[in-house]
Amino acid sequence: MAALSEEQSIIRDQAKAWAVEQAPVQAFRAVRDAHLPGAFEPKTWAAMAELGWTGIVIPEAYGGSDLGYLTFGLVLEELGRNLTAAPLFASALVGASALLLGGNEAQKRALLPEIAKGQAIVTLAVDEGPRHAPAATAMTAVAEAGGFRLDGEKTFVLEGMAATHLIVAARTAGRPGETAGITLFLVPADAAGIRRAPIGTMDSRGYATIRFDGVAVPADAVLGAVDGGFPLLDATMDRARAGLAAEMLGTAAAAFDLTLDYLKTRKQFGRVIGSFQALGHRAAALFSSLELARSCVEAALQALDDGAPDAAQLCSLAKARMGECLYDMSNDLIQIHGGIGMTDEFDAGLYLKRARVLEAAFGNRAFHRDRYARLLGY
Amino acid sequence: MNASVEQQAFRSDARDWLAANFPPALKDKSYRALADKDPALAADLEVWRSRLAGKGWGAPTWPAEYGGAGLGHPQAKVIQEEMEAIGAFNPIPTLAGMGVTMVGPTMLEYGTDDQKARHLRGMASGEVRWCLGLSEPNAGSDLASLGTKAEDKGDHFVVNGQKIWTSGADISQWCGALVRTDPAKPKRDGISFVLLPMDQPGVRTRPIPLISGASPFCETYFDDARADKADLLGELNDGWSVIKRLLQHERQSQTSAGRRKLDNEEPLQDLAKRYVGTDADGTLSDKDLRARLTDNLMAAKAHELTIARITAEARGQVKVSAAASILKNSATRVAQTKAELKMEIMGAQGVGWDGEAYEADELASVREWLFGKAASIYGGSFEVQYNIISKNILGLPETTQKG
Repeated sequence: MAALSEEQSIIRDQAKAWAVEQAPVQAFRAVRDAHLPGAFEPKTWAAMAELGWTGIVIPEAYGGSDLGYLTFGLVLEELGRNLTAAPLFASALVGASALLLGGNEAQKRALLPEIAKGQAIVTLAVDEGPRHAPAATAMTAVAEAGGFRLDGEKTFVLEGMAATHLIVAARTAGRPGETAGITLFLVPADAAGIRRAPIGTMDSRGYATIRFDGVAVPADAVLGAVDGGFPLLDATMDRARAGLAAEMLGTAAAAFDLTLDYLKTRKQFGRVIGSFQALGHRAAALFSSLELARSCVEAALQALDDGAPDAAQLCSLAKARMGECLYDMSNDLIQIHGGIGMTDEFDAGLYLKRARVLEAAFGNRAFHRDRYARLLGY
Repeated sequence: MNASVEQQAFRSDARDWLAANFPPALKDKSYRALADKDPALAADLEVWRSRLAGKGWGAPTWPAEYGGAGLGHPQAKVIQEEMEAIGAFNPIPTLAGMGVTMVGPTMLEYGTDDQKARHLRGMASGEVRWCLGLSEPNAGSDLASLGTKAEDKGDHFVVNGQKIWTSGADISQWCGALVRTDPAKPKRDGISFVLLPMDQPGVRTRPIPLISGASPFCETYFDDARADKADLLGELNDGWSVIKRLLQHERQSQTSAGRRKLDNEEPLQDLAKRYVGTDADGTLSDKDLRARLTDNLMAAKAHELTIARITAEARGQVKVSAAASILKNSATRVAQTKAELKMEIMGAQGVGWDGEAYEADELASVREWLFGKAASIYGGSFEVQYNIISKNILGLPETTQKG
């Protein structure tokens, strides 16, 4: 754990206590089995806004508390531990970040206070194919009288069914594969020509495919610069990547705690299985990986708060290292638990399924290894 | 003055002192270059050593009365950073062998006033080199089963036995040795830690060549060697507590991933671009190598960030803790993988042993790769560190049978 300020410690402790009492894994299981329309409990979401978490990265002038990304990460870690489902990450971190980084004054004033109140749910719609590839954006935005016309399809849109607003990456110039020519648009989710369909992901969260057929948006719907939206998109996604890594850290830590507890209690051949050296070493390796990944996650969040020049590198590092850690952790969670780990009744499977979806979101390990290498110039 | 202003003032003073006192001829030189006894540099090195020793900056956190400068860890870090900024280095821990890094810190905790007064200054000035007699041919990772005996002769012990892997024993003046003082007691309860001079008839050393060539490691034989009672560190038969502490200091000292950038060491990705080549878009042409290289660079960064995090959490005071085991293994893995990658990048130029066909740094990388295999063996093997993590940090039951 980073050397936290008093305020950060209070928020972390509050998040820890709240998640365990109000939104533990059993609560997520209930959400899963209830097939709720947004794939989260509205009262859970309302409670998060009540606690002020929706305004953590939003400046006070727009109704937030301006406590920064490291603080947000502390909350996400606790939610990740408990697999708590809510649009907090998608809207209060990713949506708010896009507006903070690229929004004009009118856009910020209109939406940031609504995000902070939990009234607006703003999400980012970027990917169009099965793998995260922002430069591959093919969706078109053609300039027409007074604005643009959007045509295309976005997939794997986080909280896509519950969203009130979408931040959409579309191509105003160039060809798929090029970073130049991409523009971001802020679009109300109920605009004419938008059709949304839920995707049934194995982690039972609220993803959607969103189809845009001749969606007309005014010129002032542009976020950032026309044709020059990629750096804004990338910077927004870096915040998303660091935030996801923080959530993954919590998920991995919980998976580790479950595993360690089992190693200390389960008996085979007349001894607790944790006394077998092969398993003791596995636990040591998993724990070491978790500690090393934690350093990367905290460094990435801190770099975002500091506006450090190597923030992009650190965000890719965090997502990649945390991806590897959670991958190993979730696999060993099942393996070490043996048969019981395979049952739906036990929580291990929920962690495993969530782990793979988190890995795919905003770039998997291969994506971030490649990006890290490019950022280092090779 | 508030803390940060004070720190800033200290930094500025340190910078001035270093600028005035560091011999420019030593800039960006590695200690290795100096150890090769470049005569032109030896005189400068001696000047630098004695100025550092006079300032107490060889072991800056030690009390001034014992040759240190009585500084806190944040200030010691400032000195380190300012040295690195001008291509300087602190040669004293290396000159003192195991003195500054391990024996000294342990003596500060367990030593008598008399021992501290007699021994610490020599370490802090880099004038007295220490080695450690721990491992034995029949007790490697199972240190507690050592057999070297120390017989009580009233005012002194008579020591008999053999040690192995005593790094630098052939050039050290003193040795800290773990010896059995009560064979009747269970393994760990009959061991003591004694300090003995190497320059005496009962001590013999023999260097051990390794797969990488010559090495600092030795075999050390004690035949009726003498250790004064006044040089028993800690209580009689309580050497196990002393050694546990000392080994924590050892792990701590082995947690940095590879040596720091000396002689303007070329970054691995640049080396790869040079040997392997790049595609039109500037990416390394061997994609599989590129991915594995990136993994290693990421692991190195994760390691570095973890040291920084643990330091920050401890608010500047790096405690000797169980985290050292995580860091030791992480450092080992990063360094060993890096050495393997370097050879792979060099291809046929990376397998040379001697002769004209190879550049000096190509030959050096082979020796470094081979010598680096020791890192996961010494100081408690990779597996022993995992035992420590699983037992001491995670609270899992003992994985090995007690003797």
